[in-house]
Amino acid sequence: MSNNFLNIKSLSVKVDDKLIINNLSLSIGRGEVHAIMGPNGSGKSTLSNVLAGKDGYTIVNGAIDFSGEDLISLEPNERANKGIFLAFQYPVEIPGVTNINFIKTALESNRKYRGLEPIKPGEFLKLIKEKSKILGIPEDRLKRQLNVGFSGGEKKRNEALQLLMLEPSLAILDETDSGLDVDAFKIVADTINSTRNKDNSMLVITHYQRLLERIKPDIVHIFVDGSIVESGGPELANEVESDGYERFGDAK
Amino acid sequence: MSDKQEKLSEEDFKDPYEFGFETDIESDFAPKGLNEDTVRFISNKKNEPEWLLDWRLEAYKRWLVMKEPDWSSVRYPSIDYQDSYYYSAPKDSEKLESLDDVDPKLLETYNKLGIPLKEQEWLAGVAVDAVFDSVSVGTTFKERLKEDGVIFCSFSEAVQDYPELIKKYLGSVVPSTDNYFATLNSAVFSDGSFVYIPPGVRCPMELSTYFRINAAGTGQFERTLVIADKDSYVSYLEGCTAPMRDEHQLHAAVVELVALEGAEIKYSTVQNWYPGNEEGVGGVYNFVTKRGDCRGDNSKISWTQVETGSAITWKYPSCILRGNNSSGEFYSIAVSNNYQQVDSGTKMIHLGNNTSSRIISKGISTGKSSNTYRGLVSIHPKSKGSRNFTQCDSLLLTNQCSASTIPYIESKNSESIVEHEATSSKISEEQLFYCQQRGLNEEEAVSLIVNGFCKDVLQKLPMEFAVEAQKLLSVSLEGSIG
Ligand SMILES: Nc1ncnc2c1ncn2[C@@H]1O[C@H](COP(=O)(O)OP(=O)(O)O)[C@@H](O)[C@H]1O
Ligand SMILES: [Mg+2]
Repeated sequence: MSNNFLNIKSLSVKVDDKLIINNLSLSIGRGEVHAIMGPNGSGKSTLSNVLAGKDGYTIVNGAIDFSGEDLISLEPNERANKGIFLAFQYPVEIPGVTNINFIKTALESNRKYRGLEPIKPGEFLKLIKEKSKILGIPEDRLKRQLNVGFSGGEKKRNEALQLLMLEPSLAILDETDSGLDVDAFKIVADTINSTRNKDNSMLVITHYQRLLERIKPDIVHIFVDGSIVESGGPELANEVESDGYERFGDAK
Repeated sequence: MSDKQEKLSEEDFKDPYEFGFETDIESDFAPKGLNEDTVRFISNKKNEPEWLLDWRLEAYKRWLVMKEPDWSSVRYPSIDYQDSYYYSAPKDSEKLESLDDVDPKLLETYNKLGIPLKEQEWLAGVAVDAVFDSVSVGTTFKERLKEDGVIFCSFSEAVQDYPELIKKYLGSVVPSTDNYFATLNSAVFSDGSFVYIPPGVRCPMELSTYFRINAAGTGQFERTLVIADKDSYVSYLEGCTAPMRDEHQLHAAVVELVALEGAEIKYSTVQNWYPGNEEGVGGVYNFVTKRGDCRGDNSKISWTQVETGSAITWKYPSCILRGNNSSGEFYSIAVSNNYQQVDSGTKMIHLGNNTSSRIISKGISTGKSSNTYRGLVSIHPKSKGSRNFTQCDSLLLTNQCSASTIPYIESKNSESIVEHEATSSKISEEQLFYCQQRGLNEEEAVSLIVNGFCKDVLQKLPMEFAVEAQKLLSVSLEGSIG
């Protein structure tokens, strides 16, 4: 078996007859962190959604292999329970459902899938308090309705909290750093970085090199018009930061 | 994509009506059909005083010349009132002295329903009256309640033991001439529960009635009367189930509440009558008249209902706000799936000064069902400084179902304030995906979102009922996303 954990081969995806992902290939090994940088509208969120299994996308070509399994045939919840976590660019509000109850429900379905007993309430409470503290999330926010009335930054921090609680094997961060103020940014970036280990992989979508200074990726990919146009080391991020995407063929 | 959904529907989308079993027990029936003799038969079985028989007969005569209402949105083939039994009782039920005499089969039925009747099994401290088909089969905690002067017994017992209370209050909120189904009930009602809370008493436990239709071809016509005397308080719970049957069963109940000065009644219902199958075959016709009278100043009546069952639900629990400063509340969750039809809501009649009412209605429709909120807020010209707040939210889960909100507002006093808010939404793909991305399957996701949608109402239920209601919501919505 190859070392490749996530293997995307010649993937093309359409939304309403419009080709958004165009013959994309990408392999991420276990424990690797890959960054994707690309202009707005280039298809980064589309890629995240397709990996997570959202409806409404037509896969016209290609294959996705995750941990030796055909990912495309799996339901979104199966993918989640097998370890894929998407930190949403725009987290969704669910009125009437408290944050803590939502996270508990999510954790329980993950545990159930893995054949684990439900977590003891006391243990859960201890865990979520501990993780919230690391992220600087006040406890009363756990009792609020999920994302309802949260500021942009609060929503992003809350995505990070779920990431910490669920301990996925592949975390996809879709511009998790956007909308965070300087202090929050540092906390979130460092916390996420601390979850790195040899078994867990990450796909980090960002516009900012400053994030990649804190979460040092193994590889940086430049993503334009639905495919990777160049891959390299951190120096690519520096280049983007100073010169934009023009050299990489972005028309804008 | 359709592939995925089919796979789901095979594995998880079965919708067994958990309470659809039948108890094999010998029953006493009134002869089939409805005529004066049927009315006499019932009255005689219950050994009723002359005045009550007369009251029934008068209602019966009145009913003969009434017309079945057709103003609601529900549609059903005409009912053959001669093709039903109007009285069915488990044999030997009449001479029960205590719960120990209850047929073990019946106790087992209630155990299966999660309603243990043996007092020692009640940890939550809820007193229960269980009505099986037409008769009450046992009331728990009677003795304990008596210490506080609380009367909680079957309606039939109350007729024997407290005739003066019955005579004074029966039909005083819902007159025997009120409407087609209430009038029918007045003629043939068989049993139900009776509650009286004496002045100044806070009822020490929740009171609960559990209704069960068992016998085939039987209509159930129970009557509940709750009287809260001055400055008293009571919380009353009502639950219902029925076996699965292909034919429709009629359930036409009447509930009357009277709150005297400073009294408060909280009435909660979890209605889970058999809703019929996926093709709309069978199910209970739930045509119910519920009304509360805030007769005294500073009194309060609060209705909370979770309606998930029945083929057709037609009910408008209402409050007459007669006393000054009295208040009425209506909190409702109504779920319709498959071919279920719901036409439900409330009436708030403001008569006294400074009366207030609050209506929160959550309608959830799926399958090919229809779900209508119909409500009236009426403020009398002499009712000064009164106010109402209404909020009606509908959630649609499929494209084939429908939801409508029909609020009637009659505000005849310029000082009064009537506020109405209504929303209608489809469950959002984004919300579903978000939940699924966190590991919940589609049904769990729907259930979580729906529970969130209903939260304002679920919170109003007593704890032990809220848990049951949440489970029920999930079960009722199984297989609902299409
Ligand atoms: N549901 C959709 N319907 C139509 N167009 C869409 C939809 N989702 C994304 N797109 C289009 O696909 C392109 C890529 O969008 P997106 O993946 O969000 O880009 P990025 O995340 O890189 O900014 C955009 O042109 C966007 O307008
Ligand atoms: Mg994006």
